Amino acid sequence: MPIDAKEVGQIAHLARLSISEPATRAYARDLSAILDFVEQLGAVDTEGVESLAHPLEMTQRLRADEPTEPDERERFQAIAPATEDGHYLVPRVIE
Amino acid sequence: MHDQTIAELAAALERGECSSVELTRTAIERIERASELNAFITVTPESALAEAEAADAARARGEAGPLTGVPIAHKDIFCTEGVRTSCGSRMLEAFVPPYDAFVVERLRAAGAVSVGKTNMDEFAMGSSNETSYFGAVKNPWDRRTVPGGSSGGSAAAVAAGLVPAATGTDTGGSIRQPAALTGISGLKPTYGRVSRYGIVAFASSLDQAGPMASSAEDLAILLQGMAGFDRRDSTCVDRPVPDYRAEMAGTDLRGLRVGLPREFMEAEGVDAGVSSAVSAATQALRDAGAEVREITLPNAGMAVPVYYVIAPAEASSNLSRFDGVRYGYRCDAPDDLEDLYKRSRGEGFGEEVQRRIMVGTYALSAGYYDAYYGKAQQVRRLVQEDFARAFESVDVIAGPTAPSTAFPLGEKADDPVQMYLSDIFTIAVNLAGLPALSVPAGFGDGRPVGLQLIGNYFDEGRLLGAAHGYQQVTDWHRQRPPVEE
Amino acid sequence: MEYEAVIGLELHAQLATRTKIFSGAPTAYGAEANRQACAIDLGMPGMLPVLNERAVHYAIRLGLALNAEVAGRSVFARKNYFYPDLPKGYQISQYELPVVGAGHLDIELDDGGRKRIGVTRAHLEEDAGKSLHEGFTRKTGIDLNRAGTPLLEIVSEPELRSAREAVAYMKKMHSLVRYLRICDGNMQEGSFRCDANVSVRPVGETRFGTRAELKNLNSFRFVERAINYEIDRQIEVLEDGGEVIQETRLFDPDRGETRSMRGKEQAHDYRYFPDPDLLPLEITPALIDAVRDELPELPDARAERFRRDHDLSAYDAGVLTGSRELADYYEAVVAAAGDAKLSANWVMGELSGALNKEGLDITRSPIDAATLAGLLLRIRDETISGKIAKEVFEAIWDGEGDADTVINDRGLRQVTDNAAIDAMVEEVIAANPEQLEQYRAGKTKLMGFFVGQVMKASGGKANPQQVNEILKRRLDG
Repeated sequence: MPIDAKEVGQIAHLARLSISEPATRAYARDLSAILDFVEQLGAVDTEGVESLAHPLEMTQRLRADEPTEPDERERFQAIAPATEDGHYLVPRVIE
Repeated sequence: MHDQTIAELAAALERGECSSVELTRTAIERIERASELNAFITVTPESALAEAEAADAARARGEAGPLTGVPIAHKDIFCTEGVRTSCGSRMLEAFVPPYDAFVVERLRAAGAVSVGKTNMDEFAMGSSNETSYFGAVKNPWDRRTVPGGSSGGSAAAVAAGLVPAATGTDTGGSIRQPAALTGISGLKPTYGRVSRYGIVAFASSLDQAGPMASSAEDLAILLQGMAGFDRRDSTCVDRPVPDYRAEMAGTDLRGLRVGLPREFMEAEGVDAGVSSAVSAATQALRDAGAEVREITLPNAGMAVPVYYVIAPAEASSNLSRFDGVRYGYRCDAPDDLEDLYKRSRGEGFGEEVQRRIMVGTYALSAGYYDAYYGKAQQVRRLVQEDFARAFESVDVIAGPTAPSTAFPLGEKADDPVQMYLSDIFTIAVNLAGLPALSVPAGFGDGRPVGLQLIGNYFDEGRLLGAAHGYQQVTDWHRQRPPVEE
Repeated sequence: MEYEAVIGLELHAQLATRTKIFSGAPTAYGAEANRQACAIDLGMPGMLPVLNERAVHYAIRLGLALNAEVAGRSVFARKNYFYPDLPKGYQISQYELPVVGAGHLDIELDDGGRKRIGVTRAHLEEDAGKSLHEGFTRKTGIDLNRAGTPLLEIVSEPELRSAREAVAYMKKMHSLVRYLRICDGNMQEGSFRCDANVSVRPVGETRFGTRAELKNLNSFRFVERAINYEIDRQIEVLEDGGEVIQETRLFDPDRGETRSMRGKEQAHDYRYFPDPDLLPLEITPALIDAVRDELPELPDARAERFRRDHDLSAYDAGVLTGSRELADYYEAVVAAAGDAKLSANWVMGELSGALNKEGLDITRSPIDAATLAGLLLRIRDETISGKIAKEVFEAIWDGEGDADTVINDRGLRQVTDNAAIDAMVEEVIAANPEQLEQYRAGKTKLMGFFVGQVMKASGGKANPQQVNEILKRRLDG
């Protein structure tokens, strides 16, 4: 299943990755090879086979509704790229 | 000292032949002298010595356990509070976590001394430790070759005797394959045995943390320290941790039923040196009384394609949090929000990571989900069922860990699919969530070869016992690479 | 060409748990920015979700109240997209296997009729944080306190046919979640939100028209106005020969119109897949039974009980069960005052009037149920008349004390002494000879005049019934 440069652009946009022109072509080639490789799955007969999302037969544990996390804003924001007045900053978003 | 196992070091410490401070100093010096290997991203001499002093004090009070005062290293994928955790990536080059991973907490509580964070393939994506932002790691046996990946730094550190043990993670073979290529022992426990809390996630349904050391006994000691219930990880199993050393010691090779998958034995592209070493290994098992027979894993050939849909799909989502907003790399002067995301991620992630994110995004996207992700999860169940059937008639499954020995740096870097095939024997294990290990089994062309043993769910005791039994009748695991000072 | 509207509502109820759905950080409203966002809420590396038990119980409660299937096994899925208030780059939600399946909600229509509206499903998910576009120079500030708060998304079948029906449905659901105590329903604080899917089609057409999704509808009034505007807009588009575009539109309350969202990606590819950090949620019949046992009496059942046991009209029962708090208040008054009809009249009349005038909810009533009951008891034991009671009510409202205090302080005790009334009647008759003559001549309507005069003479305190009796006797001679 060949992927062309345009599709690479679309996927890169979905994944929010900036990719240069030459890189786009290289990725198109690589992605095509990888997708080609995984195509072989199509040949396996999976009629009536259920998905395996988790290796173990387990169900979700429940947590009691009690507060356990203290306010650590200063510690967390000490490693943030940009904050102001306790808020994380990003370029102005127009809605 | 650097040739000694944890068990031997612990005994020496107990006998007072050395102190933890001395061991730690030695480790740090050796790390410095071996910097060409590039096995470490961050070394923490000060905190290590403080931990060593505390360990010696604990021993003086009579409070020492099997890991007290033993220097170890953590793969740089385990969050360590206050210590940079980079995951081998520019994206986290300056990331200092405000919390410890469960594994780090546990091993510190057991008294182990952490000397630093080891190099790895970026975000654990790779089989050669060549995708690290911090440069490739060299195999101590032959520095022109790769150590394997993604836990290449941990493997090299242990193989070169810089530390007796290190932690790694294994998603498709990332503990076992580098262990094989560097001639050490490495174990991936059953999925859910060790908490993933604080491990930077790659593929959540496949990732598992495990020990890397130079003997099965050491793996047992470390696993004992790492395993345990953690309610902070919903996928972690609440199940008592047995005494692994006792179970290991109580396992006899005599009568052990060992299965050899036909599909592994008939696989193409396996080095002659690997095949003959593994043959000799299975013969050694037979000679020791094991019942070796052929089994079949009919869907084994599909394991690699299944993995290369599921792992990238989960990873593409797990890595979305790296967006330059709350931590990690942020590009310079973003024009707007889109620019912030695209350039922070485009500049912060390396090529292999971007490739896998895109494969994963594609596999999950509208119109393709059923054909790729949906299909892969179904075939995954078939792979798991193959193993379940096999374990009805055998206790342990054996075969080569990797199809080749350590290959030259740069050889496969341009061909992703070729690189992916390095995991051909290890990947099915992660899909099924089974425990598996690799132990040294000889050499091919002068380079280490690994024997892989796969066990049934939560049967690590017996699995380690089989490996330990093998290491009683062979001494490959005692071989050390030539010393280069 | 006659068109009909086809409307479906997606309601989001923020669950009143103490902590987030996947972390132990607190959810209390109003904290300083990012002081209630722990490492899990911030999506920090290596952090993992653990499911809040109470959120599951609340989902089951709603499922039972909607007569819906509660799934024995449901799955959490990741909804992937990038936005700064979504720390992980995905929202943990539910996709193919939601916790609550198909159910229904019966609503009362304007004409008094009832309509059953299907509920397609309800699922658990986590809320996102908040973006602040004002107050930061050329930047947007992100507050992640709200990130991870549990939400129940409730999806209706597209069976609503007018804005009024949509509002009735929304109000009923709003009341229900408050009844169930799973959500505080505070729309100003964003605890209860509404998105509406609106389309139109020619009457008789069974296929659906293209729909628009309306967002930013955070009051019942806005919902009604927005939907009405949108219906008209779409009809106009079609009648002009155009096509309705499938898009998201924001409601602008200042202009009363819906606007296409500028610059926002219209078609998202969310790439849903089961969240590998969470396991399937198993809900056993035993758990469902346990939750069922702790269900409060639901509004419809309670209204039915009021009709039956208190002999109230359907309308009155409906009004009084409009909110759990109002129904509780009413019942407390009845229990203490012993007269359901009287209690109903006063609660729905004077009390509601006073509350509405000051924009107060029953929970903020300055007169509690016991105090109101006290007043009603004085009516029942004829200490005061119904008319005087209104004066007493106002005095109590203004803080002059309880009924007895006011009656005493203002001397409002009803005159019930026959002799005293007789004396007043005699005086009034004597003072109005003309009217007496007219009355005796046949103008019996003048009874009202005499009653009025006696009441005036008594300062309103004479017992009206006795006044009537005594007057009649004396007038008739």
